[in-house]
Amino acid sequence: MKLEAIQVTKNYGGFLALNQASFQTGPESRVVALLGPSGGGKSTLLRVLGGLLLPEAGVIRVDDTPLPHEPEAALTTLRRNGFVFQGYNLFPHLNAFQNIILPLQVVHGMTDAQARERAMELLTRLGLADHHHKRPAELSGGQQQRAAIARALAPRPALLLLDEPTSALDPVMTGEVLDVIRELAEGGQQIVLATHEISFARKVADWIVFLAQGRVEESCPTRQFFENPASPLAKDYLAGLSKYR
Amino acid sequence: MPDRLPATRVFWSLLLLAPVSLAIYATFAVVHYSWNWQPLWNYRSQFVWGWLTTISISLGAMIISVLLGFALMLGRRSPWEPVRLLSSGIVEVIRGSPLLVQLLLGYYIVATALQINSPLLVGTLLLGLFEAAYLAEIFRGAVESIGRSQWEAARAVGFNPRQTYRYVIIPQAVRRALPGTTGELVSLIKSSSLLSVIGIEELVQKVRVMNSASYTALEGFIPLAIAYLIVTLPLSRWARHLERRFAYET
Repeated sequence: MKLEAIQVTKNYGGFLALNQASFQTGPESRVVALLGPSGGGKSTLLRVLGGLLLPEAGVIRVDDTPLPHEPEAALTTLRRNGFVFQGYNLFPHLNAFQNIILPLQVVHGMTDAQARERAMELLTRLGLADHHHKRPAELSGGQQQRAAIARALAPRPALLLLDEPTSALDPVMTGEVLDVIRELAEGGQQIVLATHEISFARKVADWIVFLAQGRVEESCPTRQFFENPASPLAKDYLAGLSKYR
Repeated sequence: MPDRLPATRVFWSLLLLAPVSLAIYATFAVVHYSWNWQPLWNYRSQFVWGWLTTISISLGAMIISVLLGFALMLGRRSPWEPVRLLSSGIVEVIRGSPLLVQLLLGYYIVATALQINSPLLVGTLLLGLFEAAYLAEIFRGAVESIGRSQWEAARAVGFNPRQTYRYVIIPQAVRRALPGTTGELVSLIKSSSLLSVIGIEELVQKVRVMNSASYTALEGFIPLAIAYLIVTLPLSRWARHLERRFAYET
């Protein structure tokens, strides 16, 4: 997969979340990690790349095809991707099983039997088979996030986008969720991941996009980023993060 | 909230009811009110007719108010400005003016101009419209209390706006709107007594006629209150049952 952003600008009531951000990954990047300080534009860029947000200006290209802006076509693009959020964002009135089945039936036109089979397959794979009938409030944070990953994976998305999926979790649950993401990456799933877990990014990602203040400061293969970052902001960021670990 | 043991509940209800009944009895004893129930009995069929009229108007108006209230709520949230303005205008004017005025103008001017002669039909429509304005705001409050992350999650799984309302927002909003909606529907039943101004002989009007015809002062009003409670109490009970059905932790 090749991801490309050209002069992308996104504005939240006067706050420039993305300020003419541009980058281009290598042609065969499978796992792209978005790194950078909080408020730097990672989450916004992730949403724009997945088609969840439309930028005010600029173009996103996935494998050289630009993302459409018309609402209907944008929704079609969006439906090919899967999203996982920091706050899990499961539907609280539905149990884990229903959370997965509902979009499969309503959006992807699966029959009840197909949707149930697919949901059970994923819940089992993510270790949630015994909890499938529980509502989000009855699940731990790690279980909720794994259910959210199952929901995002169920329609077999071309691209799985994860927005700081472990930021709200304790270290043990973080480990559970990162294991799942690594297995997916190793299984060939194309992933875009915004994260503060730099050692995880270093192990799993093959391309790094580093953002600060709404701009892409650096975009390069993972090894190069960690061994020899070019931008001074990236150097400071890495130095700051590795201080206590 | 699980149901308490019926036995405990009966015990407490009786214990609370006893002093209340005693107080009511004592009050009437102090003012030396002499009850005269006999003439009332002669009007029983009128009373039942009035009660049935009140119930049918209320039921019709409830259905209208829920549907129209929902439409007005959607209108106020429409992306299209004229629709938003129109819905807000309707809600504000109806909520801000007395039902009495709406009934008089609606029936004697608007309905006459449109050559609609049925007071029952016009009254039901006007009452439904009146409550719809209140329900629209209760519904809007409930919908807008659903967090932004739920809207985003709904879009992220690929729902279009209609599917988002249907599968994500409304199921969660119903629970939040229920207590306020029940209160509004109970108040609708009681507001229906105003329809006598356009010549509908509903329950309150029947009782007034009955009282003046039989030279009694207050006798009619006690069965009247009971007749209202026969409808409003089950309605509240049914609403609590619905609230429990929609209950889930967030």
